[in-house]
Amino acid sequence: MDAPTTLKPAAAAVGASAPTPLYAEHVKVYPARVQGRFRNAKWAILLAALVVYYVLPWLRWSRPGAAPDQLLLVDLAGRRFYLGPIVIWQDELYFVTGLLILAAVALFLVTSLFGRVWCGYACPQTVWTDLYMWVERRIEGDRNARMRLDQGARNGAWWSKKLAKHAVWIGIAAATGGAFILYFGDAPTMLGDILTGRAGSWTYAFLGILTFTTYALAGWAREQVCTYMCPWPRFQGAMLDENSLIVTYRGWRGEPRAKHKQGEAWDDRGDCVDCRQCVNVCPTGIDIRDGQQLECIGCGLCVDACDAIMDKVGRPRGLIALDTLAHMQTAEAACAALPPGPARQEAGATATADRRIIRPRTLIYAGVLGAVSLAMLVVFLTRSTTELAVLRDRAPVYIALSDGSVRNNFTVKLWNKGYAEPTHALAVEGLAGAIVAVVGAPDERPVLSTRADGVTAHRVHVTAPAGSRLPESTPVRFVVRDERGQIVVASDSVFLAPKR
Amino acid sequence: MPTKIEKDAITGKTTTGHEWDGIKELNTPLPKWWLYILYACIAWAAVWAIIYPSFPGLSGHFRGTSNWTQRQAIAEDMARARAEQAPFLDRIRAASLDEVRQNPDLLTYAMAGGRVAFADNCSACHGSGGQGARGGFPALVDDDWIWGGSLETIHSIILHGIRNTQDPDARISQMPAYGGGVLSRAQINDVAEHVLSQSGRSTDVAAAGRGAVVYAENCVACHGEKGEGVRDVGGPRLNDPIWLYGGTKAEIVAQIANPRMGVMPPWAGRLDEATMKMLAVYVHTLGGGE
Repeated sequence: MDAPTTLKPAAAAVGASAPTPLYAEHVKVYPARVQGRFRNAKWAILLAALVVYYVLPWLRWSRPGAAPDQLLLVDLAGRRFYLGPIVIWQDELYFVTGLLILAAVALFLVTSLFGRVWCGYACPQTVWTDLYMWVERRIEGDRNARMRLDQGARNGAWWSKKLAKHAVWIGIAAATGGAFILYFGDAPTMLGDILTGRAGSWTYAFLGILTFTTYALAGWAREQVCTYMCPWPRFQGAMLDENSLIVTYRGWRGEPRAKHKQGEAWDDRGDCVDCRQCVNVCPTGIDIRDGQQLECIGCGLCVDACDAIMDKVGRPRGLIALDTLAHMQTAEAACAALPPGPARQEAGATATADRRIIRPRTLIYAGVLGAVSLAMLVVFLTRSTTELAVLRDRAPVYIALSDGSVRNNFTVKLWNKGYAEPTHALAVEGLAGAIVAVVGAPDERPVLSTRADGVTAHRVHVTAPAGSRLPESTPVRFVVRDERGQIVVASDSVFLAPKR
Repeated sequence: MPTKIEKDAITGKTTTGHEWDGIKELNTPLPKWWLYILYACIAWAAVWAIIYPSFPGLSGHFRGTSNWTQRQAIAEDMARARAEQAPFLDRIRAASLDEVRQNPDLLTYAMAGGRVAFADNCSACHGSGGQGARGGFPALVDDDWIWGGSLETIHSIILHGIRNTQDPDARISQMPAYGGGVLSRAQINDVAEHVLSQSGRSTDVAAAGRGAVVYAENCVACHGEKGEGVRDVGGPRLNDPIWLYGGTKAEIVAQIANPRMGVMPPWAGRLDEATMKMLAVYVHTLGGGE
């Protein structure tokens, strides 16, 4: 951007003879209260996110047997993930992998279209920081009151306000950590155990850790998490391009900036009255007029602040706006030769650039999103509640019996993901006259017992009669049938015999 | 120490003063609290080094205030595992072999526990899957048993062993050596042919016929009239394709002339009662149990 910009404070210090220190002092940010469209959207998303987070573990879902009656439950000890009627076992962890891939690609797509809306609205760090700032404002007052309080004497008022604020913060932090734990156990039982001191030491350890991290990150670290800790701002540049929506300051319209008194003409100057409201409301404490920055989380609160000022001074809204770089550059090019004033405003406002939503980047992200969703849906719809694994014994590979017959031993595992306990019939196909015996079954008959919501392992002896004249390896198929003779599940293996 | 700290014209930042082949590093300061986290980690490490064993010394190492050792930790883990196994092992100890086999819970437990004990104690001779080994280590997965394949027999052999000197209850059988003049070379050849004929593999009918006489005089008592074996005295079966010391004629001749006889140690006293029961059940379920 050609527009003159004010130097950032850190950069302003450079040039003096003393070198920049290797470690930066923390400059505390005092965001001011703001009202407007973006603020309302932020409140709505914050409320929705918190309601979902705190209510979800309390929703019930009736399940048969000893299975827990919680709608959403991550049962780490039992290696199960429950979501309504869906129960995912640990061997189906790829569904979780798929969900994480979907989340990542969806984030890429949204970022390439709308910029950092995740960072500005839905990220837990943003949601809880916003909540903490709201508490802070209720207790200590708005920006100026808070700054005065911090610079003033440590009197009774200071102590009472700080104590009250931190008490509420810690309360919220404990509730946050507590709610997180409820996703991993039966919520009513767990909350009772936690409150009465009967929960395990690990529960309290996690409660303490999560309380501490919530309090430290939302209360103290805040924008430092986004600026220094989070990897996402680092590589989101790869998702953004000139057609992505970002929070922009329209320099061609705002510059040269200057204070403005009521009644003064708007000729020979820009619309920016240099009121610094955009800086004051910024939760990360940056000046959006310096252009796109790593620290900007794209929340748009500066847009709300600037719009309110523009309304007040009687200039059109949108000096700071969600815009694309492509449009910004067209407008700047149109204005470049013109001096500040109505002609330049007119040229900039009429400059247009097509907003290309469909572009290779968005098509690829949408394509990957669709493909992964479809693959997961197909895998999910075709998943069976009974699974079979046939493991051949490796030692011995075959057993020669005294009458000349040959036996192979197998371990057959049956996963029963349902809550009934049917007994299935086992047959081995592809081996003429094969005798199948299941160890532990009544009379060693070829039947496989199952366990509700569990795995059963059976030792199976398969014997080919003497004189079968078998090749060294015969492909066989283990077929499990239900009581009506329908095939439930089948698996391939081989039957090995001595060399002839 | 970096000396050439410059101001970068493009960014307006200073450099750190480090330079590598003309590439200079911009000074992008970390926040102070990041440094404090490093100090906190160092402090944590110092406390850790005091609580846990850490520094070497001239006479052993510093043991830490907690006296924690890996050895003790694993001993505690093992004790906990044993305590968790105890209810099952107690039930197995109290139950008869048949009761263990009939009860699905105990059977599953015994098969799993037996497999582990088998791998630790038995697999060196009998193979990892009970397939036996050449040279006199019997297979346990087949249906050919020298002394019998019932649960009780298997259990009793595990307890007392075979042909050992430690246990007076060990099973003893003795195959006399017929070489060195007891039988002539021709007689040994003939009787080997007869033994082969019992499983239908003789190639010399005349020799097998002559051998039948020698067999009737010397071998029948232990190996049975048709080579079906006599389990009471531990005389192996000869009329099947399963051979302890090999089934070629040369190997049969060698076993008649100068027999080898394996030894199995007693396990009573070395393994506890429940383990031996689990081993018996496990071996019985390998496939040959009677």
